[in-house]
Amino acid sequence: MTIKVQIHHHWDGFSLNAAFESPRGITAIFGRSGSGKTSIINAISGIFTPDHAKISIDQTDLVNTQAGINIPIHNRGVGYIFQYARLFPHLSVMNNLRYSAKYGRRKSHRFDPTEIIDLLGIEHILDRRPAALSGGEQQRVAIARALLSDPKILLMDEPLSALDAQRKAEILPFLERIRDNIRIPILYVSHSMSEVARLANHIVILDAGKVIASGDARQILADPALVPYLGVRSAGSSILTTLKAHDDDGLTRLATSSGNLYLPTIRGTVGQQVRVRILAQDVTIALTRPGDISALNILPCVVGDIHMGEGPGAIVSLRSGDDVFLARITRRSVQHLGLAIGKKCHAVIKSVSVSPTEIG
Amino acid sequence: MELGAAEWSAVFLSLKVATWATVLSLPLAIWVAYALARKRFWGHSFLNAVVHLPLVLPPVVTGYVLLILFGRTGAVGKALESIFGIVIAFQWTGAVLAAAIMAFPLMVRAIRLAIEAVDPKLEQAALTLGVRPSLVFATITLPLILPGILAGMVLSFAKAIGEFGATITFVSNIPGRTQTIPSAIYSALQTPGQERAAMILVLISAAIAITALLVSEGLSRRIGQRIAGQ
Repeated sequence: MTIKVQIHHHWDGFSLNAAFESPRGITAIFGRSGSGKTSIINAISGIFTPDHAKISIDQTDLVNTQAGINIPIHNRGVGYIFQYARLFPHLSVMNNLRYSAKYGRRKSHRFDPTEIIDLLGIEHILDRRPAALSGGEQQRVAIARALLSDPKILLMDEPLSALDAQRKAEILPFLERIRDNIRIPILYVSHSMSEVARLANHIVILDAGKVIASGDARQILADPALVPYLGVRSAGSSILTTLKAHDDDGLTRLATSSGNLYLPTIRGTVGQQVRVRILAQDVTIALTRPGDISALNILPCVVGDIHMGEGPGAIVSLRSGDDVFLARITRRSVQHLGLAIGKKCHAVIKSVSVSPTEIG
Repeated sequence: MELGAAEWSAVFLSLKVATWATVLSLPLAIWVAYALARKRFWGHSFLNAVVHLPLVLPPVVTGYVLLILFGRTGAVGKALESIFGIVIAFQWTGAVLAAAIMAFPLMVRAIRLAIEAVDPKLEQAALTLGVRPSLVFATITLPLILPGILAGMVLSFAKAIGEFGATITFVSNIPGRTQTIPSAIYSALQTPGQERAAMILVLISAAIAITALLVSEGLSRRIGQRIAGQ
């Protein structure tokens, strides 16, 4: 299932010109606030009709301003999870979940309510009213409600931004379960790099109403030239590893394509694939393999690309086997070490700086 | 009780007129309130002004306009009589029309405020669940504005009970036929020795008003609790 989006709209002092395709899995639309992210998914849902737009799911047009097609919101088959849950206050959780099946016109029902309720862990609150739920519970009910309307695609507009860190951590695993267990394309709007890096298969970067880049999440995250749009502090690549062993001292050995990483507090079973994210600011470059150093993780690399920032900083991408790391260093160090594309070096990674994400 | 048959019939007539005026104008009031609260269209301010006109015009003027339009020689009145054989001038049905028009702005205002308090984002969310707009209105908007509708109905009922100027101008003050409580009080005050009857009518109308208010308070509290989920 592919979603194709082409939007042109002009407001006073701002115009949105976006075109991209979204394959299966989670496509993150990432950008600063005011970059036009929400307008894009509002246009997909039908809440907002742009001046010119052609948006289709597979071969079916949802809106095609040239051909005069504009399917009303309730006939689009597009589920929407908003920033705030928007549960119906006069209905119980169960009746919120039943709402679409009872009053909607969609006939097929791919999802079994019991399964969805189980997936989102809300069986114990079905009799309650929305006002009696925590923010995290409300958002889980909203996600279940949207899935039970049997949508072809799911839109999420910063679904975690109204929640505190604890509630975010509570919901993220559910979103991962939906991504991995339910075959439904999801467009996920966010300005949080850590959420995007954890969830997205595909990333669209939006800046001032324009698409800067669109592509596979790991490639986008490993591109030094895109770091200014991702935020220097939150830039970092995401690599796939295999869990090899849990050692006695609490460290876990993960195999990458070019060596081992030793990381603390990784859960999972031996042989499982683990996606880890390594921030550019936690990677140091050494020309020779350092010996007496506390850092445990040192991998041989080749310089892939160098992106000089406008200030004193630079971002260097390092290829290590099939994986790519980003390192944030100073321009002075680039010169001092004589870094150039193709030069051999070592990436030194502080073991505590890795935030893991289990997948599959 | 020292009320004569004419006074008692005024009490019952007032209740009948106020009930019909409230019930008949309710659907139109909801429709107009929804249009004013949620839709942007050409003539929005004009509609708003027309709805509020009876509130700011002298009631006698409203009654006079009704007489010109709906009297037996008026444009609408003539048509009604020749097509349906209905005459409303100087009938209790005319009193219903006068009361409904005078109370209409109050009912619309209360319902409009309630609709404006419902977050349109809830209706949007319901649409994205594949439910068509008319059903979204019936299943989301309507239940959430019930307290406002109730408040509007009570205001309208109380106003209709008390309506005097437009009613007496349009349908006159015919005992047993078009004489409502206010007209009866007025007549009693004009007649020497009827002060006691006037006083009793005043007490009855106060009792009706207070009862309506209490009933609506209780109902709207219960509805409010149901909506908040307590």
